[in-house]
Amino acid sequence: MALEVNGKTYETDEEGYLANLSDWSKEIAENMAKEDDCELTDNHWEVVNFLREYYEEYQIAPAVRVLTKAIGKKLGKDKGNSKYLYELFPYGPAKQACKYAGLPKPTGCV
Amino acid sequence: MPVPPKEKFDVPRIEEVFSIPAIRVNAMAHSKPFVAKPEHQEALGFPGKLVDGWQDAALDKMEELLGKYRSIRVFLDSCVKCGACTDKCHYYLGTADPKNMPVARQDLMRSVYRRYFTVAGKYFPKLVGAVDLTEDVIEDWYRYYHQCSECRRCSVYCPYGIDTAEITMAGREILSSIGIGQKYANEIIGKVHKIGNNLGLPEPALLDTLGGLEEEVEEDTGASVKFPLDKRGAEVLLVTPSADFFAEPHVDGLIGYAKVFHQAGVSWTLSSYASEAANFGIFIGSYENMRRVAERVREAAIELGVKRIVVGECGHAWRVAYSFWNTLIGPFDFLDPSHPVPQHICEFTHELLNRGALRVNPDKNDDKVVTFHDSCNVSRGSRMGSVPGGQFSIPRNIIKAACNHFVDMAPDTTHEHTFCCGGGGGLLTDDLVELRVKGALPRVQALKQVIDDYGVTHMAAICAICKSQFSKVLPFYDMGMDMVVSVHQLLGDALELDGAE
Repeated sequence: MALEVNGKTYETDEEGYLANLSDWSKEIAENMAKEDDCELTDNHWEVVNFLREYYEEYQIAPAVRVLTKAIGKKLGKDKGNSKYLYELFPYGPAKQACKYAGLPKPTGCV
Repeated sequence: MPVPPKEKFDVPRIEEVFSIPAIRVNAMAHSKPFVAKPEHQEALGFPGKLVDGWQDAALDKMEELLGKYRSIRVFLDSCVKCGACTDKCHYYLGTADPKNMPVARQDLMRSVYRRYFTVAGKYFPKLVGAVDLTEDVIEDWYRYYHQCSECRRCSVYCPYGIDTAEITMAGREILSSIGIGQKYANEIIGKVHKIGNNLGLPEPALLDTLGGLEEEVEEDTGASVKFPLDKRGAEVLLVTPSADFFAEPHVDGLIGYAKVFHQAGVSWTLSSYASEAANFGIFIGSYENMRRVAERVREAAIELGVKRIVVGECGHAWRVAYSFWNTLIGPFDFLDPSHPVPQHICEFTHELLNRGALRVNPDKNDDKVVTFHDSCNVSRGSRMGSVPGGQFSIPRNIIKAACNHFVDMAPDTTHEHTFCCGGGGGLLTDDLVELRVKGALPRVQALKQVIDDYGVTHMAAICAICKSQFSKVLPFYDMGMDMVVSVHQLLGDALELDGAE
């Protein structure tokens, strides 16, 4: 599969996750979100940016508790939980947010 | 919890009284998982893509399996078409596709077996329902051997004890061996071979995650509960599904195990090399891959010098450990023989509860009415503890110690009659979500009954797949994903911890 943004084509897997992390741009994230009828707010970006930073360091998306803790620190304790993350990313924060961040889809029993 | 957007298919309706659906031919003929990429295949020792001369290759593989596993030939020969299995499969009950009747799914292979491996089928194929191995047949195998979760419920009712799971495993092994493996399972096994767990979670990330959990538990309770990694000389090596590190509600189960070890004063460790209890090798029927995945556990146990191996809440991991570890990676002469090898975390905790080593206050769970979902791989073809049926009584006894309000679901849906969650056997993937939602119907029906009759608020499970599957599919039936909990979360929440404030 492939994704077309601003006249350029990017390779993706069957579910629309970017094949190459280095292809990622803000426009690509916005484009993916638009497909899901989701508008990216500043709070969405906090999550997406954290995922990218974490992936850069550890080569894996953060575990749910690592993510909720980090978001709680950035956006306030009331937002540092899965319920809030599901409000932002109703298809599941681990999968939907990873996709917008250009990360591969988490595998395993999750 | 907010409900995720619904997918584009009809979610079955939960009826007042459960009825067996009338057949709908080809209702799920469109359902098939993504095919593994060449790199996923090759990492497991399979050809990257469909091989030239695949018919001969498939039949050669089938002949090899028939020679290696006597069971397959017996199962293919002995079915008398009595029909006892037809209404026992959750995927048939949820989809009404007649090829999801266990006998019909087996017949996809049986008809080929007859054609090439029996005298009658070689000379009079039409008389005995024998068919040629054509492209259409292989496509049906790929579809329907990925609509069986290898849960073995049908085998409980089969008067000949035919084990459909083994037919499915053989089907998948043949498919992988001719180049058409399933992406989800094969990609995951490759990650275990390379990194050590299904997620591909490398050691630094694991260390960071565990450190975060130590901080979290200390903030919540005041107790300094540790999550040790690669600690040499620990008494216990805990191998647990990597979902326990990564996802909810699994992680609360991991916190529960850590609290139990803390409270019992037993030194323990996780391993960054064997950071996975799950063993998808069994799902794809590959003995060699199952052995390679299990071997990491043996190597880690020897390297760390532990005396015992305890297995966390994971259904098929327990079946592999309990039923196959001894011949896969035994003998365990390097472990302390005074403890069961392997031991289930529930067995470990139960023994502590029995001798009063844990102080538990069930009032702490008084906001919950709990039921228990028996996981298929623990319930059938396995055991726990020293008495028959221990795999049913031990987890329930732990829940009852931790909760004042426990209710069982209907007896034809529990113990060895339990229904699969709908996502087992390597099918827990988004490309099969329709199948997963429909396959969950029988369990959801039984759950709805205890919600309506007894006000059940939570369903506990001891399997990472069950927990992820229910979290995903319950909202399709207007039930909350946060109903699903780990057994050790319930216990952990009810423990009176030393050092707690």
